[in-house]
Amino acid sequence: MSAEVVSSHLPKSVQNLEEIARSIRHHILNMTSNANSGHPGGSLSSVEILTALYFGNILRYDPRKIQWPDRDRFILSKGHACPVLYGALAEAGYFPIEELMTFRKIDSRLQGHANTKTPGVEMSSGSLGMGLSFGLGVALSGRLSKQPYRVYTLLGDGECDEGQIWEAAMSATHYKADNLTAIVDRNRIQNDRSTDEVMQLEPFIQKWQAFGWYTQEVDGHDLGAIIAALNKTKEIKGIPSVIVANTIKGKGVSFMEGNPSFHGKAANKEELIAALKEIG
Amino acid sequence: MPSLISTRETFGSTLLKLGKENANIVVVGGDLNKSTFANIFGAQFPKRFFDFGPAEQNMMSVAAGFASSGKIPFVNTFAVFATGRCYDQIRVGIAQPHLNVKIVATHAGIITGEDGVSAQGIEDITLMSALPGFNVIVPSDSIETDKAVRTAANTDGPFYIRLSRAATEVIHKDDYEFSLGQAEILREGKDLTIIACGIMVATALNAAETISKDGISCRVINMHTIQPLDIKGIIKAAKETGAIVTVEEHLLSGSLSSLVSQAVSTNYPIPIEMVGLHDYAESGAPQELLKKYGLTSYDIVKAARKVLKKKASFN
Repeated sequence: MSAEVVSSHLPKSVQNLEEIARSIRHHILNMTSNANSGHPGGSLSSVEILTALYFGNILRYDPRKIQWPDRDRFILSKGHACPVLYGALAEAGYFPIEELMTFRKIDSRLQGHANTKTPGVEMSSGSLGMGLSFGLGVALSGRLSKQPYRVYTLLGDGECDEGQIWEAAMSATHYKADNLTAIVDRNRIQNDRSTDEVMQLEPFIQKWQAFGWYTQEVDGHDLGAIIAALNKTKEIKGIPSVIVANTIKGKGVSFMEGNPSFHGKAANKEELIAALKEIG
Repeated sequence: MPSLISTRETFGSTLLKLGKENANIVVVGGDLNKSTFANIFGAQFPKRFFDFGPAEQNMMSVAAGFASSGKIPFVNTFAVFATGRCYDQIRVGIAQPHLNVKIVATHAGIITGEDGVSAQGIEDITLMSALPGFNVIVPSDSIETDKAVRTAANTDGPFYIRLSRAATEVIHKDDYEFSLGQAEILREGKDLTIIACGIMVATALNAAETISKDGISCRVINMHTIQPLDIKGIIKAAKETGAIVTVEEHLLSGSLSSLVSQAVSTNYPIPIEMVGLHDYAESGAPQELLKKYGLTSYDIVKAARKVLKKKASFN
């Protein structure tokens, strides 16, 4: 079953991955500023997570065969963070990098929230809480037809206020979905305020443990640590895995870091110049 | 006596047959599999049968995941839970990406009966018809249910099929051919047309028979597919009979009556009367509820006489 598809992306050193992460940050800032809207904060916090998945030899995919049945799936549940996904997909070769500038514009394939009309986007999202359940469906489907693929779903921490996340968490353990991995972008800020102020999530890791998941906690900006944690999940049998990635909202841009204002607001022209300079 | 079979029971046996024919069919349920008769499939194909408990949001998004990876998921639960409880999951997760998910809802309408208003799904047709590209089918009996479920399994795209709890009259013969989106003319007529769906089709046939004794020639259309709606068939009926009565076991707002009115008013305006629900009902036996809430053959006859008067003054 496990037909080997040679990805155009050879294993890269962590130094190269840092270059890619830097490019994706540029893409996020450029496309949101160009659109004069969008969600840079929670996109910037997820950059290393997506870089590790797409370029750290974790996901098996082929941008020339988008519907390859045995491809690994990455499912963006926090659909407002689509700029980071679009940036990663463009870098991976799913569509031209220039197309990023059509983000949120009329006639574009790059919608304001992730949508399956974009090549490489597995699930339409934008309403929170659905991606873990969807990922479970994909995972159970793969197991049923003995396909070797694995499923990775990225959740926001604020998104975990949604009850559906915990319905999915309970059922993934019940069905022993060990081909399913959740990654939580724990950036501690949601739309209005900090996650602590809006709705207490802690003890967070313990909640996942109580639901029967294999848990890991990593620095969500440490590429090596994320890749190691993702690789570890491949060895876990009989239960699903979650990686809580501690991140900084708006990571890489000093005036965006930890600032709820940039959850759903783009940088203006002056801010963009300053932000790109900081990222280098 | 006409034979009585519950459409949900037929769903269970058809699903089992389909399961034997197509290994890609999986069944997704929410702790009501006994009531929907999906448990028959589960007993035969346990590996393709997934119960998620009463957690409908999760259940619906899981089904979307199955569909996106090549399976044909049949989601089953009661109409109230299959629609309102997880509407956003259906809207964003199934309708917008146009995924191949089949939702089969049982216990629709007031004839769910004694369980009362919380269990009586009378908004579901409106909710599901509001979703572009969603196929919405309201079978009129057991035989049509079998054909509709088979059509859903063999047609790519999202489907909603509305079934009942109680045993209802069988009006079709085994060789009936169901055609998605093309209404069935059950009785020809030239003075007016009754357009009905679901369990009310049998009642409409009775009403047509009653008024025929007064020399009134009444066409009866079984509008089994609410979306895509057979607009051609409606316009034809409007032109040829000049008066329409719509009949449904559902709230009037946004459902069959509204959609027929929309088709008629924009194409060939003629008088319309509507038989359906105006408000929530209550607990009670199905037949008592149908009588109290105006869904009997007598109510249809009354509406027919009224629309004929309007037609006379219209010309």
